[in-house]
Amino acid sequence: MSTQSLEPKYTEAQYSEVDQYQPATRTGRISNYVDQRVGGTGLVREFGRKVFPDHWTFMFGEVALYSFLITVVSGAFLTFWFDPSMASTQYDGSYAPMQGVEMSMAYATALELSFDVRGGLFMRQLHHWGALMFVMAMAVHMLRVFFTGAFRKPRELNWVVGCALLVAGLGAGFTGYSLPDEVLSGNGLRIIDGMLKAIPMVGTYISFFLFGGEFPGDEVIPRLYSLHIFVIPAVILILIAVHLFMVVVHKHTQYPGPGRTERNVVGYPIGPVYAAKAGGFLFVVFGVLALLAGLFQINALWNYGPYDPSPVQAGTQPDWYIGWFDGVLRLMPGYIGDIPLEFVLPTPWGGNSVALPVLIPMIPITVLLLGLFVWPFLEAWITGDKKEHHVLDRPRNAPGRTAFGMAMMVWYFVMWGAASSDLMATHFSLSLNDVIIWLRVLFFLGPILAFIITKRICLALQRKDREIVLHGNEAGVIEMLPHGEFREKHNRVNDYELFTLVAYESPEVTPARPNAKGKVSLLEKSRAGLNRVFFEDRVAPVSREEYLEALSHDHHESSAALPAAASAQLESSKH
Amino acid sequence: MGEHGNGDPQSDAVIRAGDGKSSGHAIDNPGLPPHRPRLADVDEKAAKRAERQVSALFLISIIGTVMFFVGYFVVGVTAGDLEMLRLQNTLLGLGVAFAMLGIGLGVVQWARALMPDHEVIEDRKPLRKEEDRAEAAATVNEIVDETQIKRRPLLRNTLIGAALLAPLPAVVVLRDLDRSEDFGVERMRHTIWEEGVRLVRDPTGTPIRAADLTVGSVVHVVPETLREISGHGERLAAKAKSVVLLIRMQPDELAPATGERENWTHEGIIACSKVCTHVGCPVALYERHTHHLLCPCHQSTFDAAQQFKVIFGPAGRPLPQLPITVDDEGFLVARSDFTEPVGPTYWERG
Repeated sequence: MSTQSLEPKYTEAQYSEVDQYQPATRTGRISNYVDQRVGGTGLVREFGRKVFPDHWTFMFGEVALYSFLITVVSGAFLTFWFDPSMASTQYDGSYAPMQGVEMSMAYATALELSFDVRGGLFMRQLHHWGALMFVMAMAVHMLRVFFTGAFRKPRELNWVVGCALLVAGLGAGFTGYSLPDEVLSGNGLRIIDGMLKAIPMVGTYISFFLFGGEFPGDEVIPRLYSLHIFVIPAVILILIAVHLFMVVVHKHTQYPGPGRTERNVVGYPIGPVYAAKAGGFLFVVFGVLALLAGLFQINALWNYGPYDPSPVQAGTQPDWYIGWFDGVLRLMPGYIGDIPLEFVLPTPWGGNSVALPVLIPMIPITVLLLGLFVWPFLEAWITGDKKEHHVLDRPRNAPGRTAFGMAMMVWYFVMWGAASSDLMATHFSLSLNDVIIWLRVLFFLGPILAFIITKRICLALQRKDREIVLHGNEAGVIEMLPHGEFREKHNRVNDYELFTLVAYESPEVTPARPNAKGKVSLLEKSRAGLNRVFFEDRVAPVSREEYLEALSHDHHESSAALPAAASAQLESSKH
Repeated sequence: MGEHGNGDPQSDAVIRAGDGKSSGHAIDNPGLPPHRPRLADVDEKAAKRAERQVSALFLISIIGTVMFFVGYFVVGVTAGDLEMLRLQNTLLGLGVAFAMLGIGLGVVQWARALMPDHEVIEDRKPLRKEEDRAEAAATVNEIVDETQIKRRPLLRNTLIGAALLAPLPAVVVLRDLDRSEDFGVERMRHTIWEEGVRLVRDPTGTPIRAADLTVGSVVHVVPETLREISGHGERLAAKAKSVVLLIRMQPDELAPATGERENWTHEGIIACSKVCTHVGCPVALYERHTHHLLCPCHQSTFDAAQQFKVIFGPAGRPLPQLPITVDDEGFLVARSDFTEPVGPTYWERG
């Protein structure tokens, strides 16, 4: 270790200049006060004019954030009255049909909030609608990020954080749904208990520890309450902080278009335009949720009665984001023909039960959730793409990804829709069993059909883009040429629109390559196979040669005015 | 705003943006399209109009807040008056909605119509400089060296050992999440049904005389002993396992039972656990003509005439049957507990 020199890094004047500044304006005084203490004006300089790309699809993440904030605030209000206790009480509140009924404190105080606390019903409904909107906005935001390829390098880790947020959001929703302790949520818990018990080896004990004994006991509601109001919101807040921090580090992505490159950001400065739009949008989201909470009844829990293991309501529906868990359970047959799928595994101590009808449905759930987390890494592996991307893909320009995403969406929606199989049957006068059987068929065929159809649509749209670039838009005007031929007039698009149509990457198939030992591994073969599925029938963007060729064709045929830049380009290419 | 680029295709901003040649696109990046001024940019009257629109929206917000107070203070909800409650909720919702939408839409309109709408180009910074990375790596190496952890494997190995063990108490301390005296899987094999316990209606608690039960009827029953359990949680847990459906059909409609099940019914009266063998919902729907029992949660369908065999849906086992008979007074009683665990399948069920 060398001896530390006392030679200072900064001059004395640099230290003291902050104290010598004499503020003359109000802004000067405030910034001076803050600066002398925390040096905060650097932040304002950095972020005050930071450019943020603007597009309507970029607001879903904001909706999610704002819905979460509104849910936290309305939830805090609810905690002032709600008592998450399963101790039994006799209801004596103002809702006549329940007076004298024995129920838990949780249900009694949920009723009190609805009927005896002014604004309590509004806040409860605001909280519920906010939660539904939170998960919905996250899901739509993720679809936007997926289909535009915004998860690609360098944003893979932020995608993973986003997936964790979605899972945490589902957890927050489920734990909250169970709290009022009425028949509806109690049966929801009963289903969770049944699913837990099916887990081999540890499942029964997980159920015991969650419920503090056998289902339902009198401990589960306070436990879910701790998770719901403390643990899960804390996790969500931390994840949101990390998520937003990474957005700042990466800067936002932007759609392709004139003036936009991988090296720049085109948009509006945060102050004032973006801040006004985003800040205003918080109030808009709040307003919309308040409208829903004021006009549309949700979870009318006074109709259900206190939880009791015997009654159940037919035709009830879980909150939308839980639907696919429930639906996939309905799709699974318990028997194939006369053979039960549930069996006893012979063991020396007398055998263990394997509840395949409950375990198998957990496979698609796990595949979809895990698949979300690993997709950026999987796609990069398939395509071999290691570049940074800040300009988004138009979904049609990544047909493989778009088709795969649609296939997974269809898969998800079949499971989700299956949760309403009974309502479909009663509303459309169908046989309940037929609905399930058709949904089972769709479960397998739907994703395959969706993949093929979506890919064809993407390729067709790409070909249409090529047509527009090479020949222009159809003008809807039929011309007669001097020699009698009829043809439709085409209008060339201007360079700004043209650029969006031609400036995209279209990778070619990368065949399997041998490794260092000269062998083509099985893994590499499967990568190449998937790569072929992605790219083998690609539609390449119009090349410069093709474009100039089309221009000169036009030029000879008619004297229609070309865009200035285009004819200049044509001229220069002739020399 | 002009410092980055003004959207004029002839300006230097475009030259910076144009990387078309290197990327080999059909045309070079033409740069930002020329900026089209809005009406409010060129016409002071239009700007004034926009200003009035925005302040009108802010005024709507104020009216909304007033509406909230009317809903809160003026609408009196007397106990249990659902119509007034609905009115109050609607006014509160509309009030907050107007208050928020007025501000939100006003500010957004302000930004759209009056604030500058020039798109700006900003360069992305490289995520990091190679120099920084090298320096950071060197710093980390230096820190590791100073700890001497590489030179002293004893330190490292004992630390790893300690760190692996230390979190275990955090798991073990959760053991008492279930403090029941009968902890374990054995309790799942029993319910409070036993020989001679009367089947009583839920929730009235009246016992049922076999002769009073008409053919085609179905009754929700619980053991008479259920009401003797004092704790709320204990009673719910006992009930969750012992709820039973009692069905009467013509004796010849019942498929003939063999073996021990031969005596489990009484003159066409048959009883089964109401807890679905799939994931535990109450199997609550009965169709008299087909003798089918349907679970409303996942549509498992059981045939009551064939010892509750599964005929559709996700359940993997028949519903357990409760052996019944009648006592001296003609009331229905259980012959014994269920002979198998009720409810969803669990690993240790065997």
